[in-house]
Formats: sequence, C-alpha cells, structure tokens
Amino acid sequence: MKPFVYERARDAAQAVAALVADPDAVFLGGGTNLVDHMRLGVASPDRVVDVTRLPFDRIEQLADGRVCIGANVRNSELAAHRLIRTRYPMLSQALLAGASGQLRNMATTAGNLMQRTRCVYFQNVTTPCNKRQPGSGCSAIGGYTRYHAILGASEHCIAVHPSDMAVAMSALDARVVVLGPSGERRIPLVDFHRLPGDEPERDTVLRHGELITAVELPALPVAAHSLYRKVRDRRSFAFALVSVAAALDVRGGTIADVRIAFGGVAHKPWRATRAEEILRGTDATPEQFERAADTELAAARSQPGNAFKVKMLRNTLVAALQELAGAA
Amino acid sequence: MTASHFALLVDANVDVQYRCPVYKRFTAAGAPSSLERMAELYGMDSLHVVVNGARYDLEGVDSRTTLLDLIRERLHLTGSKKGCDHGQCGACTVLVNGRRINACLSLALTHDGDAITTIEGLAGGDTLHPVEAAFLEHDGFQCGYCTPGQICSAAGMLDEARQGQPSYVTDDADHVELTDAEIRERMSGNLCRCGAYVNIVAAIRDAARPAHGS
Repeated sequence: MKPFVYERARDAAQAVAALVADPDAVFLGGGTNLVDHMRLGVASPDRVVDVTRLPFDRIEQLADGRVCIGANVRNSELAAHRLIRTRYPMLSQALLAGASGQLRNMATTAGNLMQRTRCVYFQNVTTPCNKRQPGSGCSAIGGYTRYHAILGASEHCIAVHPSDMAVAMSALDARVVVLGPSGERRIPLVDFHRLPGDEPERDTVLRHGELITAVELPALPVAAHSLYRKVRDRRSFAFALVSVAAALDVRGGTIADVRIAFGGVAHKPWRATRAEEILRGTDATPEQFERAADTELAAARSQPGNAFKVKMLRNTLVAALQELAGAA
Repeated sequence: MTASHFALLVDANVDVQYRCPVYKRFTAAGAPSSLERMAELYGMDSLHVVVNGARYDLEGVDSRTTLLDLIRERLHLTGSKKGCDHGQCGACTVLVNGRRINACLSLALTHDGDAITTIEGLAGGDTLHPVEAAFLEHDGFQCGYCTPGQICSAAGMLDEARQGQPSYVTDDADHVELTDAEIRERMSGNLCRCGAYVNIVAAIRDAARPAHGS
C-alpha cells in the first residue's frame, strides 16, 4: 500500500476543505471497499480523511413525513430500523441482501453509494480498464461478462454498480444531500450515479471535495408495500446477477402506483420508468407485468457471457410484481 | 533488538507502550523534529485502544496498518487470523465496541478510543464463552484456522439477534428466532474450507439457547 497521511475530520466543513486543498485526498467511511482498493493498488490516495466520527449517525423522521438517513448510519442499523422496515421494506431487504453481517456493521450509507464496481478487470491492476485507467481499453468486452451490464453500457465500459441499497433508494426517489465548498445541494438518487458513456472513470456526478451528509427518503406511501428480490450464484454473501426493487399499490384490481428499479444490470441502479408508465392505471395481471418487463428490456444489449440475464430479469420482475399483487 | 530499543518498549507510566524504533531514530536525529512533520511525511500517528480489557497507548503507528495487522504483529495476539485479507472469509473477525467486523479491512488508526475483543478475550478467565464451549462440544472445526473468526462472529451475531436485528431470511422481525436457516444466513461472512458447517451450525444453535444467554 502506498504511504498516505491519515487525518480525522473535526467537522464537515474542515473535511471538505481538506479535500479541496488536495486533489489526491479521499474521504474514508467504513473502508470496506476503499481499504481493499488501496491494498490492491486500484486506489492510491496520498491523504485519507476519516469522516466516520462526524455526527451524521441518525435516522430521523421529519415533520413532513420525509425520513433523513445520516451518511454515517451503518448498513446494519439502517436495515434494522423500525421506520425503514415498516415504511420502506424494500430498502431493509436490499441492505440485508448485501454483503455479510460483519461488512454491514462497517459499511456506511454514504460509503455504500460510493462503492465501486466489482468488475474483475477493474480490480486487477494488470489488465486494461477504462474505468481505472482511462483510454487503456475494456478487458470485459470479449472477456468474462457473467456479472456485467445489459442496460445502458457503452463501448468503453460494461461494468455494473454493485450496491443493493442504492437500487432500493433509486426506486424510492431518494435524494442525496451533499456539502461542497460552495454550500449544500440535493441530488436525486436516480441522477447521482452515471452511465459510463465515454467517461467510465466517473461513477457519480459528485465533484471532488463534495461530502455526502445524508440521504432523504420521501414519505411515499406506496413504499410500505414493497420488496427486494435478488438472484445470485449462491444464496448469501454474493453480488447480484440481477435484482429487482418493486413497490405496488393495487386498488380494485387496478395499479394505482408503482415503483421499480433493477440492480446488477447497469452502471447505475436502473430505474425502470418505461415499465412504471405502462403499469400505472392498468390491471394488475401477469400479462401486464410481462408487457411492462418486455418494454423496459427492449433496450437490453447482452454480452456472450450474460445473455441469460435478460430473461432472468424479466422473470424476476414479473415474479416480484405477482408476489406484491398477490399479497395486496 | 538493542537495549535502547527494548527500553522504549517499557514505560512505567502506562500499561503498555510501544514505540517504533524508526520513528524514534528520526526524532532523535534532530531534523525533521516536529511530530506533525513526521506524521505528515511518514503517515504515522498515536493510537489508544483497549484490547481484551488492557489499555494500549501506541505511538508511531503506520497509517497503512490494518486493525488485524496491529493486533497480530504489534500486540502479538495471533488468535485472529488472516485468511483472504479482503473481507471475504471472516477469519479476521473481531468485536469492536461489541460489534463484529472484518479487522483486515479496517485501518488501525480509525479505532482510537475503541474497545476491541479478540478470541483471546472472549473467555472470562478459565470460564469459556458459551460459543467457545459449544464449539468444543459439537466439534465445530477441523483444522481450526477459521475458528477464532467463526467464534467471534457467532458471539457478535447472537447479540445482534438478541437485539432483534433482522436478516434477509427473517419473516417476522419482531420475533427473531434463530433457525438453522437464520444461522446460516447470519454466518455467511465466515467461510470454513474444511466444511465443518454442519457442526458449526449445531454449536451456534446450542449457544443460542436461553440457558446459554449472557
């Protein structure tokens, strides 16, 4: 590991200033991904600013019904919190579907959003990777693609975002609260992560020095009837092949409201807006669920190693919606 | 180790104090003299932790040191094991302020002020921790390499379940019951290459019974 200066942030403004003053400085959260990357040589910061002692460790319900999740709330605490379990079950389930008990005790809300792809070529410094070394090429295209994207990829990168939590937050219309050198701004979670395009090295729209302080969830009544369904190569402690976060409100057989997002299939949590549009106001039937899935997946472009994902995702979405409709 | 280095290891004013010989050599040489400058150049810092009830006041901790390496190489508590060093196998599991974590993925300097329990500190004197006793009773190991991590992880997991934390397979989060499916899901961060899982699950099921509750 390359030598670096370790610094514990005293307050948020000082943390931001520390990064602004040093282009090679990074924030440290739970460390579960960053420390590993520093050891692998994927990341080599010269300054590490530890923000885990900053007082962003609470989950609060605001007067207007929003829920504010502090950036330092650990994944295990967030998953177990009664407000999250009852009002946003898909978020609790997504968190519990990710990583292991130990890692969930370490990982923070902000760090979960900022984790990087587990593409094997990104994590192996001996192989070309446009995300790790812009312009060097993509080893995944034509290589091992079982865990790679089928939606929104580019000729430069077919990596996927690994988070489960962020998929649920995308479906929930969460907003990321960010403190930067010129003050605070709020970024809709659906716009927080990027598609790779010709800049796959940029995972998010965050600028250097911007610090996540919280994630806000809207009141969103439909979320109380929601779930997260994850398909993986082994039953526990594995990244998604595909996953679906879905919320459904059916009244008299008609879909009053619906939220859908996919994980494991794109460079960002994939909000299935086309499927949602088709479903709103229609009958809650398997035929409509299949039509919505097919419409959303019409844009899917698979690789030789992951063509199975298109049908797997279609079936997973249909099954998730049927489960929600059946239990309505 | 020279006599002067050895002298640095012992300080009557604190329970235990270690000093890095390299760090001392630079400061003794005069320039660069300030501690801040040293930390700036070499990424070293002081660290105060309580491990298994003993307080350690450490100086000259390299910023690259993980909690696992600190525990094993500096404090010579070698029960916690380095398996994958990537957070995937769980052999390094320790409890930090009562919560289980992967010590291999945690920088030591982030733990200033923390209370850490390793496998060496679970037992109360000669009285084994219920999870330790259950692992013996059920043969919850073969080669033993993953065992310290399994036991620390299980101890942390049982507390999580007692506090009502759900898992991915929990149906009713208001009444967490540690079925075999629950134990397997909650222990998925600990791998056993010998495949002693059947007995590990039996041991944890046994330790989870109210009679063993602490």
